[in-house]
Amino acid sequence: MRLSAANLTWRAAGRAIVEDVSLEVRSGEFLALVGPNGSGKSTLIAMLAGLKRPHGGAVALDDRPLAALPRREAARLLALVEQQAETGERLTARQAVELGRTPHLGALVPWSGRDEAIVREALEAVDMALLTDRMWHSLSGGERQRLHIARALAQEPKVLILDEPTNHLDVEHQLGLLALVRRRGGTVLAALHDLNHAAMFADRIAVMQAGRLVALGTPADVLTPDLVAAVFKVRASIETGPDHRPFIRYAPPAPAPAETPAW
Amino acid sequence: MSRPGLPAARVLGLAAAALVLLLAALVFGAAVGETRIPFDTVAKAVANRLWAGGHALDPIDEGIVWNYRLSRAVVASACGAALAVSGAVLQSLLRNPLADPYLLGISAGASSGAVAVAILGLGGGLLSLPLGALTGALLAFGLVSGLAVLAGRGLAAIILAGVAGSQLFNALTAFVVTKSATADQARGIMFWLLGNLSGVRWPDAGLAVPVALVGLAVCLVHARTLDAFAFGTASAAALGIPVRRVRAVLIGATALMTAVMVSIVGSIGFVGLVIPHAARLVVGVRHGALLPASALIGALFMIAADVLSRTLLPGQVLPIGVMTALVGAPAFALILIHRPVVGGMGAR
Ligand SMILES: Nc1ncnc2c1ncn2[C@@H]1O[C@H](COP(=O)(O)OP(=O)(O)OP(=O)(O)O)[C@@H](O)[C@H]1O
Ligand SMILES: [Mg+2]
Repeated sequence: MRLSAANLTWRAAGRAIVEDVSLEVRSGEFLALVGPNGSGKSTLIAMLAGLKRPHGGAVALDDRPLAALPRREAARLLALVEQQAETGERLTARQAVELGRTPHLGALVPWSGRDEAIVREALEAVDMALLTDRMWHSLSGGERQRLHIARALAQEPKVLILDEPTNHLDVEHQLGLLALVRRRGGTVLAALHDLNHAAMFADRIAVMQAGRLVALGTPADVLTPDLVAAVFKVRASIETGPDHRPFIRYAPPAPAPAETPAW
Repeated sequence: MSRPGLPAARVLGLAAAALVLLLAALVFGAAVGETRIPFDTVAKAVANRLWAGGHALDPIDEGIVWNYRLSRAVVASACGAALAVSGAVLQSLLRNPLADPYLLGISAGASSGAVAVAILGLGGGLLSLPLGALTGALLAFGLVSGLAVLAGRGLAAIILAGVAGSQLFNALTAFVVTKSATADQARGIMFWLLGNLSGVRWPDAGLAVPVALVGLAVCLVHARTLDAFAFGTASAAALGIPVRRVRAVLIGATALMTAVMVSIVGSIGFVGLVIPHAARLVVGVRHGALLPASALIGALFMIAADVLSRTLLPGQVLPIGVMTALVGAPAFALILIHRPVVGGMGAR
């Protein structure tokens, strides 16, 4: 399923937070969204997921405008893992994941063995099958993040949108998660901070800067020393790995030029 | 309850057990009082009235049981259930453990309405005190929701609008009472504000019971929807919940329920705040279990509080709100102490 955005704009406090962004996540594609803090990634994602109504432009799933889809139907097609979501309720790990079945259940569609199996699979996929009865509050940040992802998987979406999904995760689970999402297939849009993750896993990379989309293309096309310097304000050299994907080696920041010699 | 679905047989069994408990509490409420009436007399009185049982009873006993105590216990249970369910729903919806059914200005508006009728004589005798209270409650709720909508869509806006509305109507009530009320009127209003089941008769039950049942049903239909609010409104929306519509329906339903109850018995405090927390300790956070449990515990608690308020001081009836607060506050403290530490390890 294809997720497309046309001329999305969102304003707050008298300025454009996201301005005139058009992009298309193709069916089955893994698109990474990168950009500095405050560049508008989460705001763009909220519009793409239908949680924020754009002030300009529109979002579509295949050819159906997202705004015209009932929420419940949208939630069966598209799942979101937010950058942060917490609860004060005394939920267990499993209950947090079971919520993912919400859009598939109803007055006439009660909880079934199939839902049970889907939840178990999702818990196993994120390596949390052994902690299912633990209380939410007793879990670590990374464990909670993995449960958020499991909940999104339990939604069985055609399009998966992830806002910094590797937050809090150790290296093994960072790579494991991205590999899992890739392996699972389906359309994926993920905001990522680690450019090397984007280079390793994404089919294409979209770069945001100050609310605008400034680059969109394959990792090799987009991740150039010039772009990294212009957007992220760091010096980097780019190597090409055996898989023909770029690998970014950051240079330490140049020391600030001393005004007067120390001696 | 560890799974979203229980086998139908168990659900039926639990419902039957709850019904038996409730009936036992009603009989208990009818038997206990200044004059103790044997349980079998209660049973016979009910049989006489419901299906012409033809038992020979002392007409005074029968009158006390049927006309005073039973109607009172029935209204108490309906109010307790309605307030507890409203509290549980609002706490989940607003993600605030301190939310209670009066948060949205309903009790403050009801008192203003009651005062306007009883002291200012508004409505020229056409409006009864309950009707005045209901009008005031709905007016205040309308004002608060309007303010909340104007103030923005956040949860904080709803809560702050409720605080502002409550303060306004409480001030209006105090203004009228100090300016125009005689000492007797002031005392009467005070008594009513703290909750009073003395004047309650069967017609009140005929209003309270259907309202409580319909309200409970509306909330129960949304049980799974309420579950989805655990991680906030954005998360609920991402799970397919039409957040604004659900919020309007549920807040409206709880407000109507609460307004009707307050107009019948005054604003009884603490039930809507404490009972949902107690119910969570017993059945967990899932609303499919939490809402029925809140309703049952609320009903039982209110019947017990009414019995206590009638029997604690011989020859004197205490306002039931005094009882619910006297029992509710320590109970709340206990729950707070025994609530597992949030964020700590081994929270189970
Ligand atoms: N409701 C709002 N009112 C005012 N400013 C806002 C609002 N929402 C977001 N912003 C601002 O818009 C900018 C973009 O925010 P956004 O969360 O989309 O950034 P981001 O790219 O996801 O950043 P990060 O990498 O830190 O997650 C930020 O400067 C933020 O402060
Ligand atoms: Mg962000």
